[in-house]
Amino acid sequence: MPGGSQLEAEVAHRRDTADHAGGVKLSNHASLRNPGMALDLSWVMDTRVNLSATERRVATLPGRRTVKKDAQAAWLLKAVTCIDLTTLNSDDTPERVKRLCAKAMSPVRPDILDALGMGARSITTGAICVYHRYVATAVEALGNSGIPVAAVSTGFPAGLSPHHLKVKEIEASVADGAKEIDIVITREHVLTGNWSALYDEMTEYRAACGDAHVKAILGTGDLKTLRNVAKASLVCMMAGADFIKTSTGKEGVNATLAVTLTMLRAIRAYEERTGIKIGYKPAGGISAAKDVLNYQFLMKEELGREWLEPDLFRIGASSLLADIERQLEHHVTGAYSALNRHPMG
Amino acid sequence: MTAAISDVAKYFDDMSYGPAPEADTEARAWLARHASGFGHFINGAFVPSASGKSFDTFEPATGKALARLSLGGKADIDSAVSSARKAQAQWAKLPGHARARHLYALARMIQRHARLIAVVEAIDNGKPIRETRDIDVPLAARHFYHHAGWAQIQDTEFADHVPVGVVGQIIPWNFPFLMLSWKLAPALALGNAVVLKPAEFTSLTALLFAELATAAGLPAGLINIVTGEGETGALLVDHPDIDKIAFTGSTDVGRIIRERTAGSGKSLTLELGGKSPFIVFEDADLDGAVEGVVDAIWFNQGQVCCAGSRILVQEGISALFHERLKRRMQTLRVGQPLDKCIDMGAIVAPVQLSRVESLVKKGVAEGATLHQAQIDMPKGGSFYPPTLLSGVQPTSTVATEEIFGPVAVSMTFRTPEEAIQLANHSRYGLAASVWSETIGLALNVAAKLAAGVVWVNATNLFDAAVGFGGKRESGFGREGGREGCYEYLKPKAWLGRKARTVSALPQIRTTVGEFSQPAIDRTAKLFIGGKQARPDGNYSRPVVSPKGKLIGEVGEGNRKDIRNAVVAAHAASGWASATAHNRAQILYYIAENLSGRADAFAARISAMTGASTSAAKAEVEASIARLFTYGAWADKYEGVVHQPPLRGVALAMPEALGVVGVICPPEAPLLGLISLVAPLIATGNRVVVVPSEPHPLAATDFYSILETSDVPAGVVNIVTGSAEELAKSLATHNDVDALWAFGTAELSAMVEKLSIGNLKRTFVDHGKATDWQDRAAAEGTLYLRRAVDIKNIWIPYGE
Repeated sequence: MPGGSQLEAEVAHRRDTADHAGGVKLSNHASLRNPGMALDLSWVMDTRVNLSATERRVATLPGRRTVKKDAQAAWLLKAVTCIDLTTLNSDDTPERVKRLCAKAMSPVRPDILDALGMGARSITTGAICVYHRYVATAVEALGNSGIPVAAVSTGFPAGLSPHHLKVKEIEASVADGAKEIDIVITREHVLTGNWSALYDEMTEYRAACGDAHVKAILGTGDLKTLRNVAKASLVCMMAGADFIKTSTGKEGVNATLAVTLTMLRAIRAYEERTGIKIGYKPAGGISAAKDVLNYQFLMKEELGREWLEPDLFRIGASSLLADIERQLEHHVTGAYSALNRHPMG
Repeated sequence: MTAAISDVAKYFDDMSYGPAPEADTEARAWLARHASGFGHFINGAFVPSASGKSFDTFEPATGKALARLSLGGKADIDSAVSSARKAQAQWAKLPGHARARHLYALARMIQRHARLIAVVEAIDNGKPIRETRDIDVPLAARHFYHHAGWAQIQDTEFADHVPVGVVGQIIPWNFPFLMLSWKLAPALALGNAVVLKPAEFTSLTALLFAELATAAGLPAGLINIVTGEGETGALLVDHPDIDKIAFTGSTDVGRIIRERTAGSGKSLTLELGGKSPFIVFEDADLDGAVEGVVDAIWFNQGQVCCAGSRILVQEGISALFHERLKRRMQTLRVGQPLDKCIDMGAIVAPVQLSRVESLVKKGVAEGATLHQAQIDMPKGGSFYPPTLLSGVQPTSTVATEEIFGPVAVSMTFRTPEEAIQLANHSRYGLAASVWSETIGLALNVAAKLAAGVVWVNATNLFDAAVGFGGKRESGFGREGGREGCYEYLKPKAWLGRKARTVSALPQIRTTVGEFSQPAIDRTAKLFIGGKQARPDGNYSRPVVSPKGKLIGEVGEGNRKDIRNAVVAAHAASGWASATAHNRAQILYYIAENLSGRADAFAARISAMTGASTSAAKAEVEASIARLFTYGAWADKYEGVVHQPPLRGVALAMPEALGVVGVICPPEAPLLGLISLVAPLIATGNRVVVVPSEPHPLAATDFYSILETSDVPAGVVNIVTGSAEELAKSLATHNDVDALWAFGTAELSAMVEKLSIGNLKRTFVDHGKATDWQDRAAAEGTLYLRRAVDIKNIWIPYGE
């Protein structure tokens, strides 16, 4: 596997050169930070997305790419390592969060990993994703596992709290040990075409994050058009977002393949101009193993192999893991599995 | 643990795709059942060749022999045609509803056996299983459903038509099953029986279809499949008891078929090659357009007649577009046809592979820059990588020749006008793709492209309800939709036409002048570009009355006069874009002015033809009414809006053919001329008219009517002279788009035979006389339909 070892070398190199300030060494933050750039309005305004053409691409991709048997098991296991295991409910409690953290550290039954020949690998989810209130709880529960804690922030999910409070919220989460901050943008700025306001907001969020990586949640279900999605993606990247993320999981429509393709193409265009690689996180609605594979195919086809790793790809999901576990057990035993055969998260 | 399981770790690290083969067990079992060789399928059963000759068909991905097929000879074709003839008589008598049930059963049958058909097709042709499974077979089933519907409503929707009869169909190897469906479904639905010859490389799904159709209850003899090579096809084309030939394939073979069927009376549709432009404007969704290229030229290994093989990119975005296109090429996967994780399979046969290779070499030698995806290629079999030839000059062979492989050529343009000019600068006119997010630009360009199908921000979309077919040397006729149905029907009104009786011209009796004041001598001239013109040769020909009296002289037009008239007609291209209201007004105005001189025209007709005064008056009155008819139609012969299965529409727009030659029948010197010219100019064509050879003076009188009726210069040009000579000049003129010729059977045969230079559309009467006073036979949609080509513009929408 020359391809694999080359990639590992590359990842290691980045790890060494990336500027991470202290704290726990995180396995999922290998990429260089996005320094951002000045707002380039003409680029934003030149953005064009054809809905039907976009839909055709995503509709035909599952017919063009598929993985079977061992390859499928491997791809699903890779997806596990990219999951931001998430609980964002109004009835969350510290014990609920701890249970989720335990699952993040041991997402797949060890006997299944052994049977897949993956027992020696450390398979964890990409991160734990919680509200600010549970950041400290999660950081403590995860200990030195290396799994980062991501905090949703800036008045999640609507993002309509007073601006100074949103900035304070980020700072509080960073202070509690969050290594990743999932901010929500003010959708009004997109819907009214106020790109400089969006840029300024995002720049300030990025500054408040300090060394914590920042993911910009666009709320694509609220933005409605792919053109809005593409423009918002560009502006957030220009303002320094390390990741762009589809949705809060609370909008009427969350991650879709069409939105994903649009955001991936924006990421590619940004890299084309700046050389900077931005991560992508679809969130909400990806609950079946067969669905996550289509997202992975899109990542690989549109952006490349590097974007299948957790430093550039995260999946915001809560129930997806359970379905993947069942598929993996089926792969090992040949018998269809049941949810109750796998520990709860 | 075991070796197999450590593979998970390998895939986990390299995240490669791994093999994903579609099972071929059922398909191989079907082939094994026919291991002793396939017969032809005639009269409901497999029968061996009468000659006992056979040939092998090969698997493109491996080069291995796949099956043994019978080589069709004369006896096989004879037997297939006679079986079809017998079956057709009974089939046409069945009520439409009964035929609809059969077609419906075929559609259902295809869906029940979809996977088997898809797998056999992929093995036999080399194309990816994704395409056979997700595109070819579903579209084929859709075609049968759609045409089951036409069978059901045939008696009301096509009440004035009857089936053509026995149809010979020859289909290509690039979409064997889909093309079979495009051919069989309309033919059967509308009451015809078929002898079909599949391409020699790819006969298997046709034979499978015949087997399954019989099991689904289709009566014997309706579909007969005769396998074989080009010679088998030629036998079918030449067979005297065939009423129509429908061919899809190369332009070269299409030409041969046109020539061989000339004068036979066989109806003909040709769906031929293309070099379709794929136009990317600077305001396009570039990533969408790049993906469009993938669907345009790397679909079916580029072996697609309507492949967007000529990429035209606006200069300012050319570098970025090419960079993105090359990046995209790098992620294409070429592999075994049954691998479910590929974009391209195998080229159909080694001979095609070498053709592609040599054309690419030629392109490079002629200055193109070669880029090929650096990707893993399968070993063995006929595989060719996705290829881009950029910086291609219009002078290069690869800019004009159809490569029919996974090779796109690209060049740049500066303005929309230049894009249209480059796009239309081709002998072909099949399809085009336009990429722009500006609706005004995209639709304006779509309207101006010389193509039968235009896809806006899309490519290679097909649907049974949306007609498909080309302009120019891409052939004629449409498949799908209402217009496709007419290709398998003939008008009832023409069934009773009898052979025209030709009376010999009377001898001229010389008379001497009298000592009285004569009428002022009038010189009838040619009428070219809105001006009266002396004939180039400066000779005249006499016009005599039935009693032999010289009643005038007209110019003896020659091929230079035709040339000048064609130039003038082209210069009047604005007529096609004049408003329909404007064209209607002018037709009415011609009628008005003709009416003002009705008596003079009647007298002239009487003098030339010997018609009674009342008959001559009736001819003038019928001519005036006919002009009104086409004035009426001018703003009513409109297209339809199709609703194909996508969020969007396809606009079926009737478009003028362009410059049309008209050889008027000898009889009815005024009404014959009006009956042919009026529908053509009503729909925006410009005409070069050769008036009735024996009675041309009505036409030369008519130009003064044209001059006073605001007809723009060049819309109607009149060249008098020998019908045969001038028809020859028009038929061989490669800048004449169509030729309507009414007269002798020999004239029809000659016109059809000589039309092959640019494959112009011909409309002839095979020497059968039309009763020009019979409105059912002599006016209306029968003529309008032949005066236009339908262009389908696909417009997906959504934001």
